[in-house]
Amino acid sequence: MSHSVAQPRLRDPDARRRAGWALLALLALWPLVQIAEFRPVDLFDARNLAVMGGFLGQFFPPNLSGEFLVFVLKATIETLAMATAGTALAMLLALPLGLVLTHSLSVSRIGPGPDRSVGEAIRALARMVLLILRGIPELVWALLLVRAFGLGPAAGVLAIGLTYGGMLGKVYSEIMESGDTRPARVLLETGSGRLMAFFYGLLPGAAQELASYTIYRWECAVRASVIMGFVGAGGLGQLMDQSMKMLNGGEVSTILIVFLLLVLLADALSVFLRKLLA
Amino acid sequence: MSAATFAERRAAMGFCLQCWLTLLLLSLLVWASFAYLSLDLSRLFSAESGRGMLRFVLRFFPPDTSAEFLRKIAKGTLETLAISALGTLLAAGAGLLLALPAAGRMGPVLKALTRFLLNALRSVPELVWAALMVLAAGLGPFAGTLALALHTSGVLGRLFAESLENAAPEPARALVESGAAPALVFGYATLPLIAPQLIAYSLYRWEMNIRMATVLGFVGAGGLGQMLYYELSLLHEAQASSVIIAMFALVVLVDAASAFVRRRQMRPGG
Amino acid sequence: MSFELDRVGLIHDAGQAQGQRALRAVSIKVARGERLAIIGPSGAGKTTLLRILASSIRPTEGRVSVLGNNPWQLNGSKLRQLRSRIGFIHQAPPIPPRQRAITAVLAGRLGQWPWWKSALSLIYPADIAGPRDQLARLDLADRLFDRCDRLSGGQLQRVGVARVLYQAPDLLLADEPVSAMDPALADLTVSQLHQEAQSRGVTLVASLHAVDIALRWFPRVIGLKAGELVFDLPPEKVSEGVLRDLYASETGVLPSQDNQPFHLAFEGHAVDEAPAGRGQVPVAPPRVI
Ligand SMILES: Nc1ncnc2c1ncn2[C@@H]1O[C@H](COP(=O)(O)OP(=O)(O)OP(=O)(O)O)[C@@H](O)[C@H]1O
Ligand SMILES: [Mg+2]
Repeated sequence: MSHSVAQPRLRDPDARRRAGWALLALLALWPLVQIAEFRPVDLFDARNLAVMGGFLGQFFPPNLSGEFLVFVLKATIETLAMATAGTALAMLLALPLGLVLTHSLSVSRIGPGPDRSVGEAIRALARMVLLILRGIPELVWALLLVRAFGLGPAAGVLAIGLTYGGMLGKVYSEIMESGDTRPARVLLETGSGRLMAFFYGLLPGAAQELASYTIYRWECAVRASVIMGFVGAGGLGQLMDQSMKMLNGGEVSTILIVFLLLVLLADALSVFLRKLLA
Repeated sequence: MSAATFAERRAAMGFCLQCWLTLLLLSLLVWASFAYLSLDLSRLFSAESGRGMLRFVLRFFPPDTSAEFLRKIAKGTLETLAISALGTLLAAGAGLLLALPAAGRMGPVLKALTRFLLNALRSVPELVWAALMVLAAGLGPFAGTLALALHTSGVLGRLFAESLENAAPEPARALVESGAAPALVFGYATLPLIAPQLIAYSLYRWEMNIRMATVLGFVGAGGLGQMLYYELSLLHEAQASSVIIAMFALVVLVDAASAFVRRRQMRPGG
Repeated sequence: MSFELDRVGLIHDAGQAQGQRALRAVSIKVARGERLAIIGPSGAGKTTLLRILASSIRPTEGRVSVLGNNPWQLNGSKLRQLRSRIGFIHQAPPIPPRQRAITAVLAGRLGQWPWWKSALSLIYPADIAGPRDQLARLDLADRLFDRCDRLSGGQLQRVGVARVLYQAPDLLLADEPVSAMDPALADLTVSQLHQEAQSRGVTLVASLHAVDIALRWFPRVIGLKAGELVFDLPPEKVSEGVLRDLYASETGVLPSQDNQPFHLAFEGHAVDEAPAGRGQVPVAPPRVI
């Protein structure tokens, strides 16, 4: 441009840097698109369209026959029961591990006193166990447990219990550590045991937050147990999996509606319970 | 020292009847859940099932670490990462588009409609979307990408709409009053204001999606999950355990990275 | 012997670069049943000294012996036993705000009760009369079932005192136990501590911010300044000069419970500059100045 010769300083000083970043982003995007086999044309492949079209066509009307609804109702209750039992199991696992992990409940750290290294070793072990529990997604646990315990909700409950136990344990100890830890410390200093120092010193201050987080996890557990059935671990997912394999659109749409209601219900219930606590 | 009077005993007990009732109700629900599923925990944790469990676990050792299989795992890991990244990116775009009407910028009718759409997208779990997308687009990572994108756009759309509604209106009003077109007002005034929050939400969601992407393959939507499902169905426990280890490493690394980033952001001047 | 410190020194955060020296070569011997007050300016190391006696911090130098044991050579369960025999009244009692006063007082016995008793006591108090009687001694019996966040600062402090009275320890340590109370209440509380110590023949050590209370009530007074023991005297030998040195006060105003200008009544006593840590002092009855 002729202007730029006369006034070379009038360019946007950031323009080149921005262009560079944009180019880099595009370059990074390309391998992503390749690896993910991102080919929207597949959606319009004649065969896929036919399958999907037929399937979606059956979505209306949803299957509302009495017999099927009874199935759905049973599966829904099973799903909720799985989430509840799994969360209870997770709490059972998380409380002791979380207590072990909490520094402010450590007697051997006062001073430091005797058995300090033993205490540190136990803590490290507990941290490791929690990491392994939550580092493996719940559905993977379920897939493995189905093989060990057979098809059915037991595997789902255990899978939720293990993964969420790992998550709850870590967060429990973080919550306990974030509040006022002096009451517990003072109790330990007058010779009380660690469990009672927790009950008398930490729990009164932390109970609300602990409960609130557990409720949130229960909500997540409902979402998780909805899909457990896809690996054979019972609940609504199993019904969905069967209907989907038979390409029964009417049944699938009914189950989808139930999903929607269930997730909204768990959402609302969780908000309500947490408001009750506050 | 006189013994406690009756009034004192009652006062000692009268404490939070409500709390005890709530606890009782919750315990009852938990008990009912176990009963409904007819779970027998004592049987699950019996010595016999323990031995069976041990035998089962031992079959997974040692993991397959042959170079050829490790290469496959590396490919699966990349595929998982690509699915999650691309899915989240698409969802961020779609979420932003849907957030505009959902925040009520195009009238109340559209607002209600998009809100319902967002809720529907959000309430169908990723894995169910994946099962549906496998039908629509065939087996493979593309289905997984679409599934993540669909579910996540529901989640992000809602969050984005909330940010939009809470954004300070003054900069936008100033531009509107100077006669700028609505689209330009959005680009020049509102977006710069909420962009950091949108990016933070998207990154956070990406983190969750990486975890999710590892299991989408169970219904045939690509990534490490598909490998695991395949190897397990062939009873290749050694290979399966390598895949599980890779999943674990991926999840833990992402966890650590995000904790690291968050800690750095928290530090002043970082 | 109730406790003995032999050239005890302490540096807070000794490992780190900005370690703070809180105590230097403190030696002191106290027999069972003695009652002594620790006075000294803020930051002198009073709290630190008491916490060493409570075996809740380990000294960096010197030797400690408490109730016949060196706490840092005991194993875990013996140390726990020892700690349950020591009561510590904190300046700001660390009690969870949502806890009831009765539970807070009962918590004093956690080190002595079997765990199932402590656990059951969460559901229904294992003992009602005990906490009530201890609170009654401090004129607080009517707040037995109140939650601690509904109490005033001075009331909460008394709950902390009641907890330790209920614990019935063999060594009673008190860190500024009356700092949030008015003079009358402070006198009542200190008198109850003395009564407890005298009737059960246990040792009482209290750090006090108010010199008048220290001199009026305690048969033995210890001065601490910049982490060092500067005097260890019976109260009648604590002269105004000694106190002025301790607090480095030029104006002559010394800290007292009611914040009124405070002057010694027994001016004219010869100041005995006895060496620190010289052992026992006969127990004198409380005197009114
Ligand atoms: N936890 C700690 N970490 C580091 N330094 C500390 C700690 N506690 C006390 N100190 C330091 O040790 C010194 C003595 O503190 P200490 O609390 O014993 O004083 P004090 O005589 O009780 O004071 P006050 O009358 O204000 O309560 C002070 O210089 C203080 O800064
Ligand atoms: Mg102090």
